[in-house]
Amino acid sequence: MRRPPALVAGAVMVGIVVAVALLGPLVVPHDPFLQDLSGGLQPPSATHWFGTDQLGRDIFSRVVVATRTDLRIAVLAATAPFVVGVGVGLVSGYAGGYLDWLVSRVVDTVIAFPFYVLVIAIVFAAGTGERGILIAYAIVGWIPYARVIRARTRALTRQGWVDAARGGGLSHPRVLVVHLLPNVIGQAVVLLMTEILLIMVAVVTLGYLGLGVQPPTPDWGTMISDGQPFLATMWWIPTLPGLAVVFTGIGLSLLGDGLADRWRLR
Amino acid sequence: MRWLVRTLASVVPVVVGVVLGVFFLLRIVPGDPAQMILGDQATTASIEELRSRLGLDLPLSQQFAAFLAGIVSNGDLGRSLVTDQPVSALIGERVGITLALVALALVFTVLLAVPLALAAAVNRDGPVDHVVRALPAVGMAMPAFWIGLLLVLVFGLGLRWFPVGGIGSGPGEPLRSLVLPALTVALGMSPPLVRSLREQLVEVLDADFVATARAAGLPARRVLGVHVLRNAAVPTLALLGVNVAYLIGGTLVVEKVFAINGMGALLFSAVSTRDFPVVQGIALFCALAVVVVSLATDLLVGVLDPRLRR
Repeated sequence: MRRPPALVAGAVMVGIVVAVALLGPLVVPHDPFLQDLSGGLQPPSATHWFGTDQLGRDIFSRVVVATRTDLRIAVLAATAPFVVGVGVGLVSGYAGGYLDWLVSRVVDTVIAFPFYVLVIAIVFAAGTGERGILIAYAIVGWIPYARVIRARTRALTRQGWVDAARGGGLSHPRVLVVHLLPNVIGQAVVLLMTEILLIMVAVVTLGYLGLGVQPPTPDWGTMISDGQPFLATMWWIPTLPGLAVVFTGIGLSLLGDGLADRWRLR
Repeated sequence: MRWLVRTLASVVPVVVGVVLGVFFLLRIVPGDPAQMILGDQATTASIEELRSRLGLDLPLSQQFAAFLAGIVSNGDLGRSLVTDQPVSALIGERVGITLALVALALVFTVLLAVPLALAAAVNRDGPVDHVVRALPAVGMAMPAFWIGLLLVLVFGLGLRWFPVGGIGSGPGEPLRSLVLPALTVALGMSPPLVRSLREQLVEVLDADFVATARAAGLPARRVLGVHVLRNAAVPTLALLGVNVAYLIGGTLVVEKVFAINGMGALLFSAVSTRDFPVVQGIALFCALAVVVVSLATDLLVGVLDPRLRR
């Protein structure tokens, strides 16, 4: 079978990021928590590849260790919404009627909120840090799956074979799980890549706003906001951690696009 | 007429959902708001006192009735716990600068997206088209605040074309201060928009009337500028309407990067001072603003091009 170049590039990039997340903390050149106040704000050098921050901590080591934190939260936060969203989308698209109306109105309502306003409000109520982010995503994250899967399930249900399966005596659960699910799951997996990317960007943005991962745990977003005051004199402090976000994000995007091409979903 | 009624009516469940959502979301999430506001060291007595001041000791149904009555009667969103000013007044003070930023961002988005999409659609599979198709992948991966920092670095600190933060005073200065923040929002919003717009334009370019116009000997420029763009304008408007929630949310975050004292700054300071009514009021205000703007674009699109009525 043909392998789309986007799929290969995306898989390689995501593979690198996952390897860094798993192994990085074991092999970093410096202790990411070790402060050295006399050695703070050093420019990049052979010992400190990305330089040191205002507390003298090695920025490269912190970027590497933050990969594990940020990726873990993104993947964890993406899991429950994936399952719930696919379930809701399947059932509401298949059942139609009153349930479908209700689900569609809930979807419309959540979409009316600017994403960051809603997430910040939930994090405000549920507490900052990892727990708040997970709760916020559990509440809003299922929406995109429900939308996409509902539309696709509705289209499939109108094709004759669903009626044929029902007429042949198959139960509703059997039609849903054995026959409809395999037809929509590819789309959901493609969407999952985008969602992990969006959650990762949201985690980093919340960190930047001081509402995400709390210090001293390394996180790309807090590193960028801590470094912002030094932008004029030491531009590498706030900008280099952003490259890690961009690399991971492009990898996830390409992987999603590649899977969509491979499974001919477009 | 039926379309008008149907479109207007479709907003009702969403507005109800938004009001219910804002009210219950901040209350059913685990944790007591009074405890949350006062922190871990608060005494039971002071928590009880705040609970009754906020009306949190009443049954949920009564709280909701009071909340709803306040909004419906005079737009009352409660008072700030920190300054005791009405939340609606606080929002009123800040909304102007945020709206100015949103408006300028919208202008930049159109100026960026339309020419790019046009260039890509006209030269299909050309170099610009490949860039445009790759843009969403790159755009989604870049956090808006980080794009903002890069713009500050290059155009603020490096070239010194624009101020690096805050809102300047003097003739033309406020506008100059908004250029980089608006550009940041526009760069975040454009990539997915360019891709959708390119698809719309490709469809228009393949339409029979374009072939007819060309066959009739109209210059290519005139076909593009008059016939294609005019037919692509309405779908573009519809796309912008769909993305208005993103536009507002992105703007609030970008305010932080450029130290702009708008609604975003109000929201973030309310979050850090645990100012419950202000957070609630901003969430409600933003969601209702999105609903109103989406409705307005739906209506405008329907009037301009009745084929697109839903």
